[in-house]
Amino acid sequence: MGKFKQKTKGGTPKISTASLPDVIFMLLFFFMVTTVMRDVELKVKLKIPQDITEAKKIEKKSLVSYIYVGEPRPQFQKIFGTEPRIQLNDAFAKLSDIQSFIEKERAARPESDVPFLTTSLKVDINTKMGIITDLKQELRKANALKINYSGRSKPKS
Amino acid sequence: MPKNEIPEINAGSMADIAFLLLIFFLVATTMDVDSGLSRRLPPWIDQTTEKPPEIKKRNVFTVLINANNQFLVQNEWGNIKELRKKAKEFIENPNNDPSLPEKEMKNIPFFGEYPVSKQVISLQNDRGTKYEVYLKVQNELVAAYNELRQELAKKKFAKDYEKLTEEQRDAINEIYPQRISEAEPKNLGGK
Repeated sequence: MGKFKQKTKGGTPKISTASLPDVIFMLLFFFMVTTVMRDVELKVKLKIPQDITEAKKIEKKSLVSYIYVGEPRPQFQKIFGTEPRIQLNDAFAKLSDIQSFIEKERAARPESDVPFLTTSLKVDINTKMGIITDLKQELRKANALKINYSGRSKPKS
Repeated sequence: MPKNEIPEINAGSMADIAFLLLIFFLVATTMDVDSGLSRRLPPWIDQTTEKPPEIKKRNVFTVLINANNQFLVQNEWGNIKELRKKAKEFIENPNNDPSLPEKEMKNIPFFGEYPVSKQVISLQNDRGTKYEVYLKVQNELVAAYNELRQELAKKKFAKDYEKLTEEQRDAINEIYPQRISEAEPKNLGGK
């Protein structure tokens, strides 16, 4: 009888979980390093054009300001309608707000970086060009001439 | 003598804390890289200033897009697939066709005297044109320039354009300068 008891006791030894934190920490550091914090909450539907073969990666993200254009998301459609709208930072904006937005973006950066500022236009594929043209005219007035039409070089698989 | 050793701290909950942080970063992460087509807008000028310089018709490659996303390339119905080929032929003008742009001899480093064409691409769209179509056209036009530059780099330096030195690249850019002009859009298609 004693024999049996001993056998069951030594059946499966406890696995040591001491190194589990190390493994998890490793994963954690990987994600911490690769993370780019989501800085704005999108209020517009945004489907970036795909298959833009000549699209290049944006090098310096700190020098880029973003303008979003697209149809408001369903929860905002009661107030803002379904016509494509411009979103700056976290709020819907009017065309007349563009110039002050650019000024603010410039003021937030060191003066030596101002000439290299790029404006990235993230525009939904179904938007009509009318609003984009008006937007471009405003950017020209604000003298923000470097722009980047956001697009992906490969279709999303 | 009593035992004076420091008791071991239980590290069992360490994994939980690490998990919590891990999940936070997983949720907050966006993995996609930003990419796009870089363009330069012309500076703002008042309408009252002098008229733009006259450009001969043969030097201009016109692309029109209407509100129904249809193309008119050099006064002919066109489609997006042929656009790149046509634009390349126009920019390069390999056979010195009199209906294609004129060329001017220019002194360019590495190349010496080289005929540089006076090409300009004019792009005009309607307010009702779809953004996707517009960007695809821009993409094709930029691609036409990039392909020509790449071909020239291969021929002259036997290297990819991307791998050339800055001086070599500038020389090629001088031969094929990117001139895409956008006219003020028309509003013919209504809203």
